[in-house]
Amino acid sequence: MLDLDFKFTRDQFCMQICTKLDAPITGILGASGSGKSTLLAVIAGLLKPQIGHVLLGERTLFSLHSDSGSKVWTPPHKRRIGLVFQDGQLLPHLSVRDNLLYGYRNITVEQRHFSVAEIASLFEIDHLLSRKTNTLSGGEKQRVALGRAVLYSPELLLLDEPLSALDERLKNQILPFFLRIKSECKIPMVYVTHSPREIEFLTNTQLIMSGGQLVAEES
Amino acid sequence: MLTEPEWQALVLSAQVGVWATILCLLPGIACGWLIARKNFFAKPAFEAVLFMPMVLPPTVPGYLLLVTFGSQGTAGKWLKHNFDIEFIFNWKGAVLASAIIAFPLMVQAAKLSVQMIDRRLEQAASTLGASPLKVWLTVTLPLMLPGILVGLIMVFSRSLGEFGATITFVGNVEGETRTLPLAIYSATHQIDGDASAMRLIFISLAFAFFALLLSNILSRRAEKWIGINRA
Repeated sequence: MLDLDFKFTRDQFCMQICTKLDAPITGILGASGSGKSTLLAVIAGLLKPQIGHVLLGERTLFSLHSDSGSKVWTPPHKRRIGLVFQDGQLLPHLSVRDNLLYGYRNITVEQRHFSVAEIASLFEIDHLLSRKTNTLSGGEKQRVALGRAVLYSPELLLLDEPLSALDERLKNQILPFFLRIKSECKIPMVYVTHSPREIEFLTNTQLIMSGGQLVAEES
Repeated sequence: MLTEPEWQALVLSAQVGVWATILCLLPGIACGWLIARKNFFAKPAFEAVLFMPMVLPPTVPGYLLLVTFGSQGTAGKWLKHNFDIEFIFNWKGAVLASAIIAFPLMVQAAKLSVQMIDRRLEQAASTLGASPLKVWLTVTLPLMLPGILVGLIMVFSRSLGEFGATITFVGNVEGETRTLPLAIYSATHQIDGDASAMRLIFISLAFAFFALLLSNILSRRAEKWIGINRA
């Protein structure tokens, strides 16, 4: 599914990744500053590596090799990769419904795999649709952010510490939704966190990130 | 009650203020965004030039406008010859002078409003399939709105108070370039002008107060619209 072989450097930080991810949910564990978010930003196209390639299935998202001279760059809006941030990053000037529809409106009817009603029901946010996002609780915001990303029908969903801003009660409330995305929406996910408990709940496939490298793998 | 020349000064000031504000709007947003978001060669020098009208004595830009857009100036001759546009002793010149003096206020407001936007909102929009232009139009621009509104009102208010550049560039012609501050200046130089000056001063005070009040109300509403709750 995801074939990564690239080098990314910025200031003193150097990330070198060479791996293939093909599990329905891949968990990436690591301490703060280890490069987990950078990895997701590279996959999403928010950061450009210096050399290497990033492939998603048959599609080349990035390729730059000095020997072959090949150059491919797919900008983030053309990658069809959803990214859910730690605090949801809902658009504050839009209602919950318009947030949900933001990505949905950017794809063709043929590309749409889900309806707003289905997703609202799946994430139990039906009653929030007309609300402004600043009136939502942390857990509600995160569920709306997940719904928004899923409605975009991405080929891959990246989750950047999606529960780290929430308390234990809300974490327990939202974790099962990721399993629903896996079983009902069939969207592969890369889940980044510093909490082993979340990874253990979601998947057996986990990688450990340290100093910009994937240093260990457990299955 | 106001006399005919006082009404003229009032209407002309409003007309100059509105046109100067319109003139500053798009370039101000563009320059503010550019400074806040892009790094380019000679950016500090570009920024310094943009903000110079704020620190220069207004007579300096006024004189430079006279030299450039006056009847003997290169741009002035070209505009007259090609488009029959004349700035000198004309209300359009007052608009140009006011816009140039007030422009940094628009740029500053736009720049600050862009700097306050969380870039991850724009990144989230781009990972939801929005092109850079769509991100700008549907995320950046709406979130800049409170700053843009404040900028517009500041430009309008500054234009109402513009004196030095206007009198140097287009003179003090009753009914054509005599805006409120110039009318006050003229009244204070007349033997029996105290009452007129006082009336115009009260109008200026009311204008300034209501402009700032409106600025506050509009920016609060815009902030509420984009989900910012202020004390």
